[in-house]
Amino acid sequence: MAKEAQQQVSYTVEELVAVNPYNPDILADLENYVNEQVSSQKYSLDANLCLLRLYQCEPERMSPPIVARILIKALMAMPAQDFSLCLFLIPEQVQSEEQFKTLIVLSHYLETARFRLFWDEVAKNRSLLESVPGFQQAIEAYAVHVLSLTYQKVPRAVLAEAINKEGLALDQFLEYHVANSGWAIEKSQGRSQLIVLPPNEFNHPELKKNASDSVSYEHVTRIFPVLS
Amino acid sequence: MAAYDADSSAGGDLAYDPNFVPDSVKTFVVHLYRQIREKNVYEIHQMYEGSFNRLTDRMFRESPWPTAEAVEPYVDGDHVFCLLYREMWFRHVYARLTPTPKQRVESWDNYCNLFGVVLHGVVNMQLPNQWLWDMVDEFVYQFQSYCQYRAKLKNKTEEELQLLRNFDQAWNVYGVLNYLQALVEKSNIIQILEREKEGLEQFTVDNGYDYQGGSNVLKMLGYYSMIGLLRVHCLLGDYRTGLKCMAPIDLSQQGVYTNVIGSHISTIYHYGFANLMLRRYGDAIREFNKMLLYILKYKQYHQKSPQYDQILKKNEQMYALLAVCLSLCPQQKLVDENVSTQLKEKYNDKMTKMQRYDDEASTVYDELFSYGCPKFITPSAPVLDEPLMNYNQEAYRLQLKMFLFEVKQQQLLAGIRSFLKIYSTITVTKLAQFMDVDEATLRTILMTYKHKMHSTDNDGKIVSNADIDFYVDDDTVHVVEAKPTKRFGDYFLRQILKFEEMISELEKVQLD
Repeated sequence: MAKEAQQQVSYTVEELVAVNPYNPDILADLENYVNEQVSSQKYSLDANLCLLRLYQCEPERMSPPIVARILIKALMAMPAQDFSLCLFLIPEQVQSEEQFKTLIVLSHYLETARFRLFWDEVAKNRSLLESVPGFQQAIEAYAVHVLSLTYQKVPRAVLAEAINKEGLALDQFLEYHVANSGWAIEKSQGRSQLIVLPPNEFNHPELKKNASDSVSYEHVTRIFPVLS
Repeated sequence: MAAYDADSSAGGDLAYDPNFVPDSVKTFVVHLYRQIREKNVYEIHQMYEGSFNRLTDRMFRESPWPTAEAVEPYVDGDHVFCLLYREMWFRHVYARLTPTPKQRVESWDNYCNLFGVVLHGVVNMQLPNQWLWDMVDEFVYQFQSYCQYRAKLKNKTEEELQLLRNFDQAWNVYGVLNYLQALVEKSNIIQILEREKEGLEQFTVDNGYDYQGGSNVLKMLGYYSMIGLLRVHCLLGDYRTGLKCMAPIDLSQQGVYTNVIGSHISTIYHYGFANLMLRRYGDAIREFNKMLLYILKYKQYHQKSPQYDQILKKNEQMYALLAVCLSLCPQQKLVDENVSTQLKEKYNDKMTKMQRYDDEASTVYDELFSYGCPKFITPSAPVLDEPLMNYNQEAYRLQLKMFLFEVKQQQLLAGIRSFLKIYSTITVTKLAQFMDVDEATLRTILMTYKHKMHSTDNDGKIVSNADIDFYVDDDTVHVVEAKPTKRFGDYFLRQILKFEEMISELEKVQLD
């Protein structure tokens, strides 16, 4: 019964954002929705942008903890650019508060692939980040994504640094991905392991479909009268 | 430029009497009123663009037109006509004079009344699209102007501050957004565009006009309001939502938005800018290129138009933004030759500097961004107790700061790019040596390049913007040059349609 009620609330919030977004009365609903996203590991950029816009219009009603949670969720959405989209709506004075400065630094490290520095900084801010379940896994997924864009075969040490795992934890991680994500492990010339990432159009250019030559369905329908 | 307050005859030019209606104005309003009643869209357009501006040049260069109250008796006291007339009246004050604070508020009231009438569905006129576009464009412009005005608190008189206190609902951001949203919804424009794709509507073919005796006003105001929403969201810094509002309009084709040049330019300018901020440089470059080419070809036809200055200004701004995009994301094949020539003429030196990624580059990015960007606004109401400050630059400073931060993050990539151009394979060790960094740093630079050169589209798909690409195999970098793509599919489609047209023309020819 409680779960049904919960589902009903989020359905209503998404609807509100789609139908009546410029309405200061939905502020409380949107704030609750942020907390719901955190606790049930969901995510809605549009609802969060809507809330940040309302804060922009009525700065006295802004709640820093809610904004922090929105930003952490946005970080977890990388490589999507959600974090900067949110920052565009947050005034400079607010951004210069301590916790937001930390989050901005974390984003900077992720954007520039400085994973070592990133995980060091995370270690210094456990309390801030542990309040959002799924954070660790989301960043690991982003790290794997960037590695997959870049590498056909990546040295173990590079992977280790990117996902902040060593020894047994790293082995388990590799085992899981070999079994489920098409990874393979090679030995490279007496040195340590080389992880072979699954081929995609970014690390294997020969796989790149000549996408720009595909014609959209709508355009093709234009010549149907001619063909008939 | 003098400010005219219709109420005070003490200050200002005594020659202006708001209630005096010269004969030429009498004729004008009577004529216009009749044309509107008889739905002669062509004549209305002639009067709206032609006669109104000629009369303004002749008699109202430095004073407002007679008030709506004064002309009312000549148009049967028609309520809606007076709302339309008043809208033109205020627009003229904004364009040629400086509006007083009271006039700003009164104009807001007029828009509320005008849109209110339209939203009630009781308007039965057909008006030229140019006029309807100008209405929405001006509405957003006056909102932007008001936000700028009330953010400059430092030198305000007590009277002005009192006005701000009393009329705190005027031009409030929720009101503006809700009116635009209401026009979009009430007009059903999104559904109309959807149905058009299935061939159930003639909207684009008829250019939005209604040939069954109905009205185009609500429909077209709804259509143009989508562009209005894109613009307002850009001014607030919410680029993603702005683009979402525009999503029902297909920019890859001609449409109603291209038929009025003002709406065409405003659409592409804001669309391009939003994509620039979303790091979708490829999309921005493509659209700016198309628009600049169009302006290059057709601007001569608009020299006499009152919008000509605006067209030129936006043209220059788009060149600046294009220069920025191409410096961040060099592309060989996306820019037309003619546009490229113009671009080089204006910005060759600056683009070279920007692609160097040092401190001087930052200055140039700052300069071009500041020139090309929209006039951002702070939507919140001013805080009217001491100390009074000017905060009209805050919104702009934030967007600039965020943009320059992004530029700085991409600073490392220029070095990489120059080496990737020369080598087809190179070891990580060697490349690190050349770039004077350690290996670990080089690996992060390589990953940054990949991350920054790939953007995420609205469906979460990753799209590459890179002209030069690579992949890494353990410790060797293999460079891949992007193949120039030939768009055969599109080409064939266009030729098929063209020939079909020719054939049907030929079939119409009768040989004796």
